[in-house]
Amino acid sequence: MSIATDRKWVRLVNAILIILVIIWAVPIIGLFISSLRAKSDVLDTGWWTVLSAKSRLTLANYKQVLGGSKYTFVDSAGRTVRASGDNLSRAFINSLTVTIPSVIIPLLIASAAAFGFAWLIFPGRKFFFTTVVAMLVVPLQIALIPILRDYQKIGLTGSYLGIWLAHTGFGLPLGIYLLYNYISTIPRDIFESAFLDGAKPMVVFARLVLPLSVPAIASLAIFQFLWVWNDLLVALVFLGGTSDVAVLTQRLATMVGSRGQDWHLLTAGAFIVMVVPLIVFFALQRYFVQGLMAGSVKG
Amino acid sequence: MAEPNTVRGKALATGGLYTLGRLAVSIFVPIVTFFVLWAGFLFLKESKAPPALIGVVAIIWGVGGVALLFWVTDWLVNRLPLHAAKKMQPFVFVGPALVILAWYLFLPTLRSLYLSFFDAQSKTFVGLANYVYAFTDPKMLESFVNNLLWIILGTGGSVGMGLIIALLADRSRHEKVFKSIIFTPMAISFVGAGVIWRFVYAYKPAGESQIGILNAIVTFFGVEPQAWITMRPWNNIFLIAILVWLQTGYAMVIISAALKGVPSSIIEAGRIDGAGELRVIGSIIIPYIFTTLVTVSTTIIIISLKIFDIVYTMTGGQYGTEVIASMQYKQMFNYYDFGKGSAIAIVLVLAVTPVMWYNLRQFSKQEGF
Repeated sequence: MSIATDRKWVRLVNAILIILVIIWAVPIIGLFISSLRAKSDVLDTGWWTVLSAKSRLTLANYKQVLGGSKYTFVDSAGRTVRASGDNLSRAFINSLTVTIPSVIIPLLIASAAAFGFAWLIFPGRKFFFTTVVAMLVVPLQIALIPILRDYQKIGLTGSYLGIWLAHTGFGLPLGIYLLYNYISTIPRDIFESAFLDGAKPMVVFARLVLPLSVPAIASLAIFQFLWVWNDLLVALVFLGGTSDVAVLTQRLATMVGSRGQDWHLLTAGAFIVMVVPLIVFFALQRYFVQGLMAGSVKG
Repeated sequence: MAEPNTVRGKALATGGLYTLGRLAVSIFVPIVTFFVLWAGFLFLKESKAPPALIGVVAIIWGVGGVALLFWVTDWLVNRLPLHAAKKMQPFVFVGPALVILAWYLFLPTLRSLYLSFFDAQSKTFVGLANYVYAFTDPKMLESFVNNLLWIILGTGGSVGMGLIIALLADRSRHEKVFKSIIFTPMAISFVGAGVIWRFVYAYKPAGESQIGILNAIVTFFGVEPQAWITMRPWNNIFLIAILVWLQTGYAMVIISAALKGVPSSIIEAGRIDGAGELRVIGSIIIPYIFTTLVTVSTTIIIISLKIFDIVYTMTGGQYGTEVIASMQYKQMFNYYDFGKGSAIAIVLVLAVTPVMWYNLRQFSKQEGF
């Protein structure tokens, strides 16, 4: 290829990419801009007119969706209006309470199991690990009814413990599998010298394996975090509909039903649901991509 | 932890009393542990404290509880006679995982299979009636057709777009910027994406100013605005577009990494032989990264098969958009029919068995196990 046609190609490639990137970004930009516009602006004009119209930006939508039931605000005509908020601030705390243990507990259990499978000898080792591999793709739908019946019997429905255990169960196969792949590549000598020095397996695990596995654990933590924070189905089934424990995704799905046309509130609500995963994602993207590469088939 | 020599010497001296004390401690410690955890559980269940405080306590209790359980079982096992301790030790590590896996995935598969032969209340045996429903009910058939659409268009769309973008970005100097924008939706929940796209598809009658960008574009070209979400059967495609928007980034990242692995010598050789760019891509690059394409497709096929959140948020399964997972949810929570719900779940499991079988075969080929 001559240099002239080469340049033409590069320009064409960049042009196509720019168009695609715009298509990908516009829905998010539209959402973000709308969440900052006043109600009447959002409902009467397209968000792309934000610069041409005399509209101003406001945080009122966020105040209303975050606020509890006794939310009051001053509208554009200067009147004080009482409206019911969506109490997303409560749901935000619930989401954190559900997510943090649902990330740490399976990581603890999975890394211990991965260490056991990789470096300890016990009967049934191959059988059990094969089962873990088989469970990688089992749809979690299979567990909903039996586990729901168990929970109803022992009173775990609508409890944090119930949903932590559920997320732990559904996250374990991938967790064990990825961590096994990582932990089993740690050089044998490191373990042998520790075991020869008389170290107990728990000490080897806590002092050697966990620190050495930080990169793998980090990428798994991001996976599990995004999965749990963004989950709707498991929360719907095991937390139930009460707003006391409902997480952000549940509340947002409810808002879609009850406020289907209140776009100023829906956009603000959606952005609140998105903001934490987006921050985590951008801050730790490197680990996330590494985890993706390590293979990701999840049930 | 009992230190072997000195302690054991004394143990011999004081004989039975020591053994008894030792036993008492071994029982006492787990009981205390249990009560501490139980008290935490009751506090969380009954407390009327502010949510943030409950949240913090819950997190400490949950995470600390698991660590404590590990520590106590390890401590207990180490108090066993040496040969028994050696045998039990591995199960301190893999035991919790195996118990939870058995409870949450392995047994439920068998239990769902069992329940699927019973009626709604799981009392009367109904034979294959639930499966007859699953494979003949018009709504179920609709969901099968739709799920097939999701699998074909969702996977094809994501992998196709991912491949195109990866190939293009590979030839651009601003690769990183382009890729990270396409990748961003990976962090967004299906529910959040649902809201984003409902807004894109928002509809107002002709003549009013449109607030959904798709209808704004359409009306700009003089076409009537459309209520995209209720427009059968095309609405399915508008829902699938959301999945493509979300998953293209995943496909792109994996494919892009595979592209970097194609040796430039083969590509150069092709070019020297006079192959054009498309020919190089079609006959050299794609065959080289074929296994990657298969892996990525498998992952997205499984996601499409289980798709639930998008449908639940966008249409709730109305307007001819029902999918298998949304039907299962409805049987469970709207009709409280655990028999039909279980049968549908079993259908989902059957659908993934080829992938499971393939994974197991790959695994058994692995060395060292």
